[in-house]
Amino acid sequence: MSEEKYVPKSKLGQWFDSRLPLLTLAHHINDYPTPKNLNYWWTFGGILTFFLIIQIITGLVLAMHYVAHADLAFGSVEHIMRNVNYGWLIRYLHANGSSMFFLAVYIHIFRALFYGSYKAPREMIWIIGILIYMLMMATAFMGYVLPWGQMSFWAATVITNLFSAIPLVGESITSWLWGGYAVGSPTLTRFFSLHYLMPFLIFGLVILHIWALHIPGNNNPVGIDIKQPSKETVPFHPYIVIKDFYALLIFLIIFSGFVFFVPNVLGHPDNYIEANPMVTPSHIVPEWYLLPFYAILRSVPDKLGGVVVMFAAVFILMFLPWLDTSKVRSAVFRPLYKVFFWILVIDVIVLGYIGANPPEGMYLIIGRIATIYYFVHFILIMPLLGFKEKTNPLPMSISDPVLDSEAKLSSEKTMNNK
Amino acid sequence: MSSSYAVLTTIIVLLILFLYLSWVFVSIKVVDKEPKGETSERRDFLFTASYALGAVGVGAAMWPLIDQMNPDASVKALAITEVDISKIGLGKTITVLWRGKPVFIRRRTQEEISKAQNVNLEELKDPQKDEDRVKKPEWLIMTGVCTHLGCVPLGEKGDFGGWFCPCHGSHYDTSGRIRKGPAPTNLEIPKYEFVDNNTIKIG
Repeated sequence: MSEEKYVPKSKLGQWFDSRLPLLTLAHHINDYPTPKNLNYWWTFGGILTFFLIIQIITGLVLAMHYVAHADLAFGSVEHIMRNVNYGWLIRYLHANGSSMFFLAVYIHIFRALFYGSYKAPREMIWIIGILIYMLMMATAFMGYVLPWGQMSFWAATVITNLFSAIPLVGESITSWLWGGYAVGSPTLTRFFSLHYLMPFLIFGLVILHIWALHIPGNNNPVGIDIKQPSKETVPFHPYIVIKDFYALLIFLIIFSGFVFFVPNVLGHPDNYIEANPMVTPSHIVPEWYLLPFYAILRSVPDKLGGVVVMFAAVFILMFLPWLDTSKVRSAVFRPLYKVFFWILVIDVIVLGYIGANPPEGMYLIIGRIATIYYFVHFILIMPLLGFKEKTNPLPMSISDPVLDSEAKLSSEKTMNNK
Repeated sequence: MSSSYAVLTTIIVLLILFLYLSWVFVSIKVVDKEPKGETSERRDFLFTASYALGAVGVGAAMWPLIDQMNPDASVKALAITEVDISKIGLGKTITVLWRGKPVFIRRRTQEEISKAQNVNLEELKDPQKDEDRVKKPEWLIMTGVCTHLGCVPLGEKGDFGGWFCPCHGSHYDTSGRIRKGPAPTNLEIPKYEFVDNNTIKIG
């Protein structure tokens, strides 16, 4: 990172910048040296930032029409759908936006796993990222409760009852969460308040996430450090900006497909029935993005045990930088890890599939195997691989893997010039 | 209402376009000192076209977020009110709610009518004949919102025997015309019609 000190050109700019260095910040973001070999898996950070903003804006607008009261919430959502100008569009954007947000975050996390982006010196980026992911899950869950349909109500009941598993104080914690003896209007109003607050906490963490990223700079598909910034990096603007935009537009086309053609396909029809504390729907499932953890919860045949294991499944990610003992970052040069990475991907998808099905027979057995494998991957395989695996030789620079073809290109050019 | 926002959005989009185009024009003059070739003209066109398209797209995406604050379908559905006027005695006023605003329905006495009709129009701040303000002289129907800053005037008060606004002291006569005080215009007449002799439909 060889950035010379930036000084604004105009006198006014210098006056302003010496008092509040916003211009220096803008200059830094503009010129931020980015590895030239980043592939499209690196565009999801930008997509996620965009979706956070979309969720905040559409949510802000929905809150203008929504009423957080057990008697009025369900009706106010229908009012948004039927009466408010473009209310249907704004609500579908918000509801499907959360799914797109999680889709992007899962790709973003698996990209980090594949290319070893969590390893030194980028542990802080990773830890803040996991904190963001946890806040996202809490926000999404509370948002799902707000329409006050049957799924909302029973999701709130089930999730808050997780805390009743805590020995001794469990009961008092749940009634503290509910503000009563069951999920009711007080629960709904506090969930609304917190659902409004949390995106702004996420936004703050995103700023820290990006700050922590800009200290060591981006990892890259080859996973080795930048040796000659002038030759191996490109400025963020316009190169990465335009690439992120392109990826964003493709992603938005998929998003629009959901919003305009199948807006309810990711939701559950039972949530169009108003909450009824007397009747539980016959089959309760969370939103798709929480299914793997739901499967882990149900695969443990013990109340407290299930809750502990489920939370452990998220918290274990925090320790990943130290559980992974390999010095090589990118899976491109780790023949064994590459295989185990894809097994983990399949394992998580299997857990998601199991989470969507009733916990009985084969589903339960497969769910248990997949749960055990999930932890084995992080606790046994990752630490051992660092010692056992024979990695492929690393290139000297990030330019090396493409140098051959570059050499060909330049020779072709000289041929053409002749 | 919504068309005015459409105009506003269009103006903003055009403004951004104009700013962008002028910036492109200026920056080309500053940067491109070499004579422009065919490629740079093509590039400029592509730049301008894509930014313009982007601006239109952003404007279109903004519109639902703005329009959601306009009166919604449930509010518009309440825009018509039918009132039974058979029980209103001579010289009495009732107030009904229409579109969230009070509407005065007054059955005027003969004295009030002749007073309202005999006013010299040159004395008025907002000249209007009494005949133009009523469909049947006996019935005065008008929005009970002071044209100054929106308070509700008090009936049978003020220097002209009509209405008096307690907020800033505007006096209206027996036809609801402004006579004295800060209000700029007469009390507004809503759109209404007599369905039959005993019923009126406002809106």
